[in-house]
Amino acid sequence: MNRFWFFFYSFAGVAAVVSFAVAPAMGWWFPSPGYSLSPLGAQIDDLFYLILVITSVTFVGVMGVLGYILWKYGSGQRQRGEFSHGSHALEVIWSIIPAAILLFIALYQMDVWARYRVKSLFDKDAIEHPIAEVTARQFEWRIRYPAPGKTLQDTPQYDDLYTVNDLHAPVGKPVVIRLRSEDVLHSFYLPHLRVKQDAVPGLVIPVWFQCEKVGQFELVCAELCGWGHYKMRGQLSAQQTEDFNKYLEELSKSQFDDGVPVAKADQ
Amino acid sequence: MSTLNPAGHLVGTPGHETGHETGHETGHDTGHAGHHDIGFVKKYVFSTDHKIIGIQFLMTTLLMLFVGGTLALGVRWQLAFPWREMPVVGKMLFSAQGGAISPEFYTMLFTMHATVMIFLVIIPILAGAFGNFLIPLQVGADDMAFPTLNMLSYWFMWPAIAFFMSSFFVEGGAAAAGWTSYPTLSANPPAAPGSGLGQTLWLMGVTFVGVSSMMGSVNYMTTIINMRAPGMTLFRMPMTIWAMFITAILQAFALPVLTAAGFMLLFERTIGMSFFTPGGLVINNAPMTVGGGQALLWQHLFWFYSHPAVYIMILPAMGMVSDMISCFARKPLFGYRPMVYSIAAIAGLGFIVWGHHMFTSGMNPALGMTFMVSTIMIALPSAVKTFNWLGTLWGGNIQFTVPMLNAIGFVAMFVVGGLSGIFMAAVPVDIHIHDTYFIVAHFHYVLFGATVFGVFGAIHFWFPKMFGRMMSESVGKVHFALSFIGFNCTFFPMHMLGVAGFPRRLADPYNYPYLEHLLPLNQFITYSALLMGFAQLLLAGNFVYSIFKGQKVGRNPWNANGLEWTAPSPPGHGNFDILPVVYRGPYEYSSPLVEEDFLPQTKFLAHEDRHADPYGPHSH
Repeated sequence: MNRFWFFFYSFAGVAAVVSFAVAPAMGWWFPSPGYSLSPLGAQIDDLFYLILVITSVTFVGVMGVLGYILWKYGSGQRQRGEFSHGSHALEVIWSIIPAAILLFIALYQMDVWARYRVKSLFDKDAIEHPIAEVTARQFEWRIRYPAPGKTLQDTPQYDDLYTVNDLHAPVGKPVVIRLRSEDVLHSFYLPHLRVKQDAVPGLVIPVWFQCEKVGQFELVCAELCGWGHYKMRGQLSAQQTEDFNKYLEELSKSQFDDGVPVAKADQ
Repeated sequence: MSTLNPAGHLVGTPGHETGHETGHETGHDTGHAGHHDIGFVKKYVFSTDHKIIGIQFLMTTLLMLFVGGTLALGVRWQLAFPWREMPVVGKMLFSAQGGAISPEFYTMLFTMHATVMIFLVIIPILAGAFGNFLIPLQVGADDMAFPTLNMLSYWFMWPAIAFFMSSFFVEGGAAAAGWTSYPTLSANPPAAPGSGLGQTLWLMGVTFVGVSSMMGSVNYMTTIINMRAPGMTLFRMPMTIWAMFITAILQAFALPVLTAAGFMLLFERTIGMSFFTPGGLVINNAPMTVGGGQALLWQHLFWFYSHPAVYIMILPAMGMVSDMISCFARKPLFGYRPMVYSIAAIAGLGFIVWGHHMFTSGMNPALGMTFMVSTIMIALPSAVKTFNWLGTLWGGNIQFTVPMLNAIGFVAMFVVGGLSGIFMAAVPVDIHIHDTYFIVAHFHYVLFGATVFGVFGAIHFWFPKMFGRMMSESVGKVHFALSFIGFNCTFFPMHMLGVAGFPRRLADPYNYPYLEHLLPLNQFITYSALLMGFAQLLLAGNFVYSIFKGQKVGRNPWNANGLEWTAPSPPGHGNFDILPVVYRGPYEYSSPLVEEDFLPQTKFLAHEDRHADPYGPHSH
């Protein structure tokens, strides 16, 4: 009967490892295509896998020890336990080694975090020419582009272009959006690019990202914002730069062109 | 049945009138003699006896466990069968729309599930139930330092329960801004239906729970510092007491910040102050005229308490698990002092990691770096404790009793929860998994997989001391096995959901095409959660049945070493019929000094080898 519990706990440990191993094949893993569509996102994924390897080794090791213990010392055949209060040497070893591994994990990623968030490290061109201001509100994403050829201003300009829920951006280069909120906390989450930033009422936060693939990718609200939090769905439409510029031209035309040609100064 | 103790005071078992002896005092009046009838209400309702109060807490929190669990099943239903008629509630509340719940009701479900579980179950069951019951017994005191304060600490829970439960029935419904209650959603009634009266009631409830906890914390610290039996030095205390002591310190320092934040939010909502709402907003088409506040301020204040709170929600269980593992491995605790220092380190570090809940919040990125380092380092004392538990088991004579099964379950699931925490401590990785089910998986592994399984073990372990009877071992084993299977099948897949970018708190995640294929996995999780939920009926049935029909036992059915096992089962008013004197630590199992494989703390040995206890007062 005592061996039963060894098998019980062992099965759980094995099932845990197996389920993680088959997860990618079952589709229970990073969003399709399974790798990040942004270069910084790819670095995040690398860090994730590094931590996964370290934690998996630790998990298997610890569960292995526990299994050995349950098998050898749970047989019910022993008379007494060993009368030991501890081991100074072991305490030192299993304090120093985990500390070193943990410090390594912490320091190894400072660089990625800095490039994600520290404004002075953002691409100069991108931060000086944000492609849009994205304002989150209950329950939609309002996007304000500057007129083609102009720079986005802090305050709305008469020739700014407005859309809802559909953020276009050029591929292959870093772009910046200015993220705001009109009412409550929201969060700008692009799962395929591994981008997430809370939209805070009262703050304007520059968020940069770089999409490497043309296509449409979900924009998810990732901070509870009320009853409609689940339907605050937007999309990122990543296009080639020429297509992006063409999109803005067409947007401008559809917003301002009333069929009457603009009078020239000398007419 | 009553006996006279050596001091001539009548010591009765609770539940039996000692009326025949009225008026016959043979000794001095210490106020604890059960010789006069204090009446049913003062004995069982507004009792100042820590054991009764502990049992009151235990029963109330177990009831709340079922309430919180039912709310979670509502969440799981929606995630498995979105917009289908929800059983019971659908017919009652939403029959007009075919029984499908409304999206705002979903937000109330997860808000109140977390609120009930955290404030009405975990915190009070660890400190209020087990802290209250065990602290005087394990340190050798006759009661807590402040018995009346203790009674108040229990009764302050009931207004909180009333506030939380009634909030479902007011206009707008219960609070719906998450248990984290972030402004500006929670600060402004137009922002959500539950941000009306429901949110105000929520704040009142949290305030009362906070006061109750503070009262308890003061009591525990004072009792542990001042009322230990002769010979019970600090380093001869069981780990349960160390954990309760350090937890009480955490409560005392962290709670005032939450209470202050709660009042700030309450004032903002009721008398027009504006701590958290900046100017220039338009919420739900109602332009806000006041401003000057900052939404992030709440987050800092809230998490300054709520991060230490999560350690409050696990440290006592760690202490109790140490007691149980040592007892059922019939072996001394491995590394007693490192274990104590680790608990202190977890508690201390716990005060400087709160920002890891705010990595994507928009706070200064430099803070992200500092909080990342401190958060990652907190894994170290946790790892040390895990290794020491394994070291305690190694070389032992392991008895697979129900408490031991649950304690081993604690260790295994704490490993999973702790390791998953490393992913989110790493800030860049947290960007992807923040506010996804990876986080949900992590905290359920540490709060439920670890703490609640530790509580299951503690219930079975100390039940004989509470009621003088044993719970059924076989029902306990089935309960453990089903709970363990159900729990792991529910929460382990959530790690993968998180990696897939499955966000929390979405009433209908399948609104997003990239998540649609995860519906079958969610259904599997829901079925497992149902299994796990129904398995708890076994515990409830076992508990209630055994109070009346369990096998009767004496003082020390487990052959354990702690002081509580020298008192009668259950102890009478005043606890000990023979005043305890302590000669050694609490983990001297399989000692070569005696033939039995246990050596109680109070047992006097004529020729004790003083060097046998490396951590005792005569150690070198």
